[in-house]
Amino acid sequence: MRPMPGNAAERGYALSEVSCDALLREFRKDFRIFAPVRLEGRGRFSDTDMVRYGEIRNFREMELREKSLFSPKEVLFPPSETLFHFAETGVREPSLLREDGKGLLVLLRACDIAGVDRLDAIFLGNGPEKDPYYEARRKRVVFALIECGPLGASRSGSFGSCFCVSMGTNRASGYALVLRPEDDGLSLFLEDPAFAAYLPPDAVRTSYAPSFPLEDPFPVRVPDPGDMSRAVREESLFSAAFWKDYDSRCIACGRCNTVCPTCSCFTTYDVTYEENASAGERRRVWAGCHVDRFTDMAGGHRFREKYGARMRFKTMHKIHDFHLRFGRHMCVGCGRCDDACPEYISFAACIDRVSRVVDAAASTGGDDHDAR
Amino acid sequence: MPRDIVRKKITKNAYRITSKRAETCLRVRVPGGHLDACLLDVVRSIAERFGDGTVHLTTRQGFEIPGIPWERMAEVNKAVRPLLEALEVPLGVTFVDLDGGYPGAGTRNISACIGNRVCPFANYDTTALAGRIEAAVFPHDFHVKIAVTGCPNDCIKAHMQDFGIIGQAMVEQDASRCIGCEACAKNCLKRVTGAISMKNNRAVRDPRRCIGCGECVLVCPTGAWSRDPRKYFRMVILGRTGKKNPRMAATFLEWADEEVVLTVLRNCYAFIDAHIDRSLPKEHLGYIVDRAGWPAFREAVLQGVSLDPPLRVAETLEFSGYFYERDRVFR
Ligand code: HEM
Ligand code: SF4
Ligand code: SF4
Ligand code: SF4
Ligand code: SF4
Ligand code: SF4
Repeated sequence: MRPMPGNAAERGYALSEVSCDALLREFRKDFRIFAPVRLEGRGRFSDTDMVRYGEIRNFREMELREKSLFSPKEVLFPPSETLFHFAETGVREPSLLREDGKGLLVLLRACDIAGVDRLDAIFLGNGPEKDPYYEARRKRVVFALIECGPLGASRSGSFGSCFCVSMGTNRASGYALVLRPEDDGLSLFLEDPAFAAYLPPDAVRTSYAPSFPLEDPFPVRVPDPGDMSRAVREESLFSAAFWKDYDSRCIACGRCNTVCPTCSCFTTYDVTYEENASAGERRRVWAGCHVDRFTDMAGGHRFREKYGARMRFKTMHKIHDFHLRFGRHMCVGCGRCDDACPEYISFAACIDRVSRVVDAAASTGGDDHDAR
Repeated sequence: MPRDIVRKKITKNAYRITSKRAETCLRVRVPGGHLDACLLDVVRSIAERFGDGTVHLTTRQGFEIPGIPWERMAEVNKAVRPLLEALEVPLGVTFVDLDGGYPGAGTRNISACIGNRVCPFANYDTTALAGRIEAAVFPHDFHVKIAVTGCPNDCIKAHMQDFGIIGQAMVEQDASRCIGCEACAKNCLKRVTGAISMKNNRAVRDPRRCIGCGECVLVCPTGAWSRDPRKYFRMVILGRTGKKNPRMAATFLEWADEEVVLTVLRNCYAFIDAHIDRSLPKEHLGYIVDRAGWPAFREAVLQGVSLDPPLRVAETLEFSGYFYERDRVFR
């Protein structure tokens, strides 16, 4: 334990790998820690690694230099989750809703903090009911920001697809600390001075202060949602020819949905146990609007059979519909959908295509819009 | 041309009898079929200085350099040295005389599909395994054909070899990541063996049907499937083309690790030595096994192999091939 630091300029520290482990040990008394981890040999292709979120115990387990393929949303909203168990005698809810366990310290990047904000809108701020499962986890979460630096972590490799600056999510707030990986250990910035209590005695004071990305590798022109609405009303956007490209390019695999920090759709189903059909559980699992059966309804009706229509629907949700309801774009520009698409479809490029159609509509639009 | 050529000696030195009496042809081996591009210059210079200026690309991923006058063999052997130093010595192959050319040619080049250095389907680095096999079996005078391939697509045609090594992925599922999208089940049914069925909205794999291709890992959108990083191989054996009874190789081992593969390959030479028909100029392993019997072969090659799971050993070999009993087919 060390005394609280005085002024804001003195909140930078250098920690060796050994003292990082000491810091994590202290944190673990109060928190479970979730960070990107490298699962060796578990990547899609043989002899490649998977980087995704996992619970960590020590510094070595964290992978802070690569963007995780899957987003941190799974810490708050797991791919598959049992909502309750049922039997003839009644229903049992998971302990999650009853116990108030340790905090959840989540290490994540600026775009991902914005991603959690979008999940908050859907699970906590969309109508009178809050999602109790999401809320039970969310209220325990503390953010630790992984610094991307002025040009992004490197703007190559997995960061080559980032467009957070274009989406305005390059700067975050609401985090307790900032981490930057160094050759030996970490640079650390205490945004919340209360966290000084966890610092090991050998943490060295430095002038470190975090910086944020200022430029995207490929800047994306994000259309104004109002202009988009108008292009929809004037029937130029939905009928735009480029959507049809995706009819044949997209294979409806759903990876763009599963890796996205803000895709929050799910479906639920009941399972009854083979040995006892009167007992079972209700599960909810991620659903994705690119995947078959997403629109299945009573009577066998389904919408958006064509994959281009699914791409359009996703695009509208990410940069238009959500904005109309919540006043900010759903997409946070993390670029994961571009990284994951096996058909090399770029969502960022799709946004640019939308912009071109919307611009064209604006330039030929009626007089009533000229004053705008 | 020289008056006297010891045919058996030059064959072991990787030269061959050709249809032109004054000329020979050098076989260059490229274990694993992948080489630094600069070595093509060495091949080119041998062909232009000593041969007729042409090179033949063989099915086994070697080069044949034709049109070499017999009397220039010693010079050619010296010129081959950079190839030995780049392609064989780093693998651990040892040479009595690095200026003496290839010390053997019976056991053919270990060929490999392009493997996971490029191909997304491959379950391992095929060229690297081919190199370790080369170190284990080269040089050897017995005629043995070995090829390694990354997955059951078998692009190297491992099924046409005495020993074909096919990469197997031991796929594992994190059930808590399965969202029931059915991508893996549909794909396995349409493209592979239908080893995955859906149960309670989750994918369930039938290990008896799974051939370890790894496609489910490729298609799963949540990463629920992944490969056990340990490498496993299916070994198919005694496939062949040829004039007597062409046939596809049959599965001998499943879920063998690399040590098992190398041990079986090393063991086959003692079996050949004990049973080969020495009245013939050469006899292919498959025909030797046809005469000496499958149980004897099986026992010989499994010497020293621990048969612990997940390794599975075939009880019988199911060949699909044909005989040239022409009057049975043509009346
Ligand atoms: C013409 C007839 C119907 C139409 C057009 C219709 C349309 C819809 C639509 C658009 C949804 C939303 C789907 C989604 O958000 O994924 C929905 C959900 C639902 N409908 Fe219908 N529906 C019809 C008949 C019925 C009937 C007859 C029932 C029950 C007897 C029913 C029960 C439900 C339920 C329970 C849901 C919620 C399902 C869920 O959230 O997963 N619907 N319906
Ligand atoms: S749509 Fe793509 S870029 Fe936008 S938040 Fe989702 S994964 Fe990231
Ligand atoms: S509708 Fe599609 S784009 Fe929108 S949150 Fe759901 S899965 Fe994601
Ligand atoms: S990842 Fe690409 S191919 Fe798959 S559903 Fe999304 S856009 Fe289509
Ligand atoms: S490894 Fe291949 S055969 Fe086995 S379950 Fe997966 S897709 Fe099917
Ligand atoms: S592809 Fe993955 S998520 Fe989809 S059913 Fe198979 S295991 Fe489950």
